[in-house]
Amino acid sequence: MNAPHHDPDYNFAYLDEQTKRMIRRAILKGIAVPGYQVPFASREMPMPYGWGTGGVQVTAACLVPEDRLKVIDQGADDTTNAVSIRRFFQRTAGVEATEKTTEASVIQTRHRIPETPLTEGQILVYQVPIPEPLRFLEPRESETRRMHALADYGLMHVKLYEDIARHGAIATSYAYPVEVEGRYVMDPSPIPKFDNPKLGGNPAIQLFGAGREQRIYALPPYTAVRSLDFEDYPFEPSKANHDCDLCGASGSYLDEVITDDQGSRMFVCSDTDYCETRRNAGHRGRLSPEEAR
Amino acid sequence: MYVAVKGGERAIEAAHDWLAEERRGNPEVPELSIAQIREQMALAVNRVMAEGSLYDPDLAALAIKQARGDLIEAVFLIRAYRTTLPRFGGSVPVETDKMALIRRISATFKDAPGGQVLGPTFDYTHRLLDFKLMAEGAASQAQTRDAAPEPAPHILQLLDRDGLMEPQPRHDSTPPDLTRAPLELPATRPLRLQALTRGDEGFVLSMAYSTQRGYGRTHAFVGELRIGTVAVEMDIPELGFAVEIGEVELTECETVNQFTGSKTEPPQFTRGYGLVFGQSERKAISMSLVDRALRWKELGEEDTGAPAQDEEFVLYHCDNIQATGFLEHIKLPHYVDFQSELELIRRLRAEAQATAAHQEAAE
Repeated sequence: MNAPHHDPDYNFAYLDEQTKRMIRRAILKGIAVPGYQVPFASREMPMPYGWGTGGVQVTAACLVPEDRLKVIDQGADDTTNAVSIRRFFQRTAGVEATEKTTEASVIQTRHRIPETPLTEGQILVYQVPIPEPLRFLEPRESETRRMHALADYGLMHVKLYEDIARHGAIATSYAYPVEVEGRYVMDPSPIPKFDNPKLGGNPAIQLFGAGREQRIYALPPYTAVRSLDFEDYPFEPSKANHDCDLCGASGSYLDEVITDDQGSRMFVCSDTDYCETRRNAGHRGRLSPEEAR
Repeated sequence: MYVAVKGGERAIEAAHDWLAEERRGNPEVPELSIAQIREQMALAVNRVMAEGSLYDPDLAALAIKQARGDLIEAVFLIRAYRTTLPRFGGSVPVETDKMALIRRISATFKDAPGGQVLGPTFDYTHRLLDFKLMAEGAASQAQTRDAAPEPAPHILQLLDRDGLMEPQPRHDSTPPDLTRAPLELPATRPLRLQALTRGDEGFVLSMAYSTQRGYGRTHAFVGELRIGTVAVEMDIPELGFAVEIGEVELTECETVNQFTGSKTEPPQFTRGYGLVFGQSERKAISMSLVDRALRWKELGEEDTGAPAQDEEFVLYHCDNIQATGFLEHIKLPHYVDFQSELELIRRLRAEAQATAAHQEAAE
């Protein structure tokens, strides 16, 4: 997957140096104020808004020629949009690509945090569709900015309370809001709430880019992150109550795959690198091919 | 049988090849040239330049060809290309009163210095399909006349002299640039106008139409609509003066709006303004109506809660590239999120059924 040279028609990593500098300033500000949404002058990228333009711009601003880039969508390296974004950087930055979480220096992700724990020096870039955790409670940006400034999060707690009153549980299963260092309420992007515990105390730098909404925010390494909850209704990460049918993993997030029209299903790791690494190490699941057992 | 999502790379390649084939269509039919699109689909080219915020008819024609005639896709191609261009600086404000006019009409005065010029307009054509165009007809030749020698000043300036028109003091501050700074609200009028001129024609049209139907009524007359070319000049610091670097075709619309006065302003006529690349008069008129509706605060008018008066609503939703991208992204895989929703619904259902069974047993 090596692409040693970048397309000479474009500047390294597509964006011009002044634009990258502007984005790096926003990233630094985001790191200095964890969880705060920094407005930035998002550029029009050659992929559509909503398809990762924020993440792509953040990645472009972070990349150096020595980097090794991993791109995942839904946890998988081979989903079409992950392929498309990886190709974009192979062409415009000529960086080396990898599917191994442990080998990557920059990982761009949509909707998942890799199962393999990240390490110091790695950067995890999230693609964010709606950066504002209060958006569906208050549609006006002018109003939500004021609420963040005053740490006026009563509305969010009322919403969570109403969920419990109505459904007996907090009815949010992904993009589950978190509180960062006791200050800003932040949208972790639409990761399943199963991934929320990996946000806090993470040794890697976590950067969040929302292109269409022109916002960047960040979690520096080892930031305290708390998923919002109540003392009597504590936060619970959840996943399908199965083991991976290919590698037997019991603690990884699973995709449910419908395998025929009789209602048969199988469950497989959504993190393809994690699953493959385990299978290569000899782990087997319920539906592993016979000869491999 | 587990069908993995593997093969994304090959699928993408095959899809792109198929797309290229479909773009060409039947190879027995001659291929469209860029020049043909530029010359014969000029209004589509204009729309792509206006919403793409890049004045280059050849590139816009190329984008239309590449996008198979999907104009929003063509705008997208132009916008993405625009990102890669360096910014040298701002031009001197263009002098639209010195425009070389091809069309100039006023709905408020029967005649005005400089006269009315209908120009190449669909107005007053009967919308009957012209079957002659199905055969390759010879180009028809319009009569020509020398341009009127007298100047054609802006018609609203003439009202201005009597004090009936709201004054519009000139100021030379550099307008903000939406493409270089994040949108922050409240926006200034120059920023709003910038957003509207590159906004989706359909969206701006519908917003304008809604004001005519009573949602934020603005009582607009087309004071003047003019189309023509203007010189673009730029100050060159090394030279110490401005030089002409090219010319652009523009459509400019100024509306006159009835205004009976408010707590802060006396009764007078007020203005809405539209300025769009190319011959784009539907867009320019729409823009001037929406501009006027958005000015309610500065004129001390009542907020009726109409969508067209709501700056945040209009500015955040007028861009078709943002809108189409976000809308279409729901085609992307969401199975991780959907999986977590499945689990949540299954759990809530199980709990609800358990509660119901418990109640039944108790009854």
